[in-house]
Amino acid sequence: MLISNLEFMTGRKVTKHLGLVQGSSVRAKHAGRDIMSGIKNMFGGELTAYTELLQESREEATERMIEQARSVGANAVLNVRFSTSSITAGAAEIYVYGTAVILDGDD
Amino acid sequence: MDQILIVAVLVTLGYFFGRRAEKKHFISLIEREKVMNQLPAMASRMPPQDNRYEQKLVSGNVVIANDYFKTFVAGLRNLFGGKISTYETLLDRGRREAVLRMKDQAQQFGAELVFNVKYETSSISGQDSRKMPIIEVHAYGTALKKL
Repeated sequence: MLISNLEFMTGRKVTKHLGLVQGSSVRAKHAGRDIMSGIKNMFGGELTAYTELLQESREEATERMIEQARSVGANAVLNVRFSTSSITAGAAEIYVYGTAVILDGDD
Repeated sequence: MDQILIVAVLVTLGYFFGRRAEKKHFISLIEREKVMNQLPAMASRMPPQDNRYEQKLVSGNVVIANDYFKTFVAGLRNLFGGKISTYETLLDRGRREAVLRMKDQAQQFGAELVFNVKYETSSISGQDSRKMPIIEVHAYGTALKKL
């Protein structure tokens, strides 16, 4: 599955548009590794545990989008956008969406 | 009285550790940016049409927090209004770090260009102003490799 946030693939034609596909994932901020982050928060700097948490969350959302694209028979998702929204103080939702298409040629 | 003492200790610790960490971070940012300058990232949506490229979505993210001293200063600043430079450096560090991580990924892919770069900034600590600000910056774009 080809994923891109451009609106086309260079040198390849879109033969069919299959509409919007999407994936989302909600993760809580306080997930076990929170105590160290709390201490680190006093001195500033990067909170690695959260960086990883959101990275994983984003990967999962993308995985769900790809699954949906596969189920409609696409071989690429173009014009992909991410969005993050804080639902409460403790949790964040990661949402990813794009246009599922069929490109000519083989992968 | 105890509470004032605790805040004073935290502010002092935050000042020294936070300042040192920030200085180190800025030095490392400048160094890595020099190296990564050979891989330009652009906000343009149209890649050059003269070549065929292999494309891949690349992204980098970072969660970064302010130290106690800076939050304290920003709290005072809030009373009078005006520029809060302690937050400006926080966001600057976050954005530059996220872009560098994105470029790292692009380099591993073997790309020469990164197109359509988008930034996304969100506050994870919520809207409560008494809490320490924690922000996440996510940068993503399409890495292009010549075929």
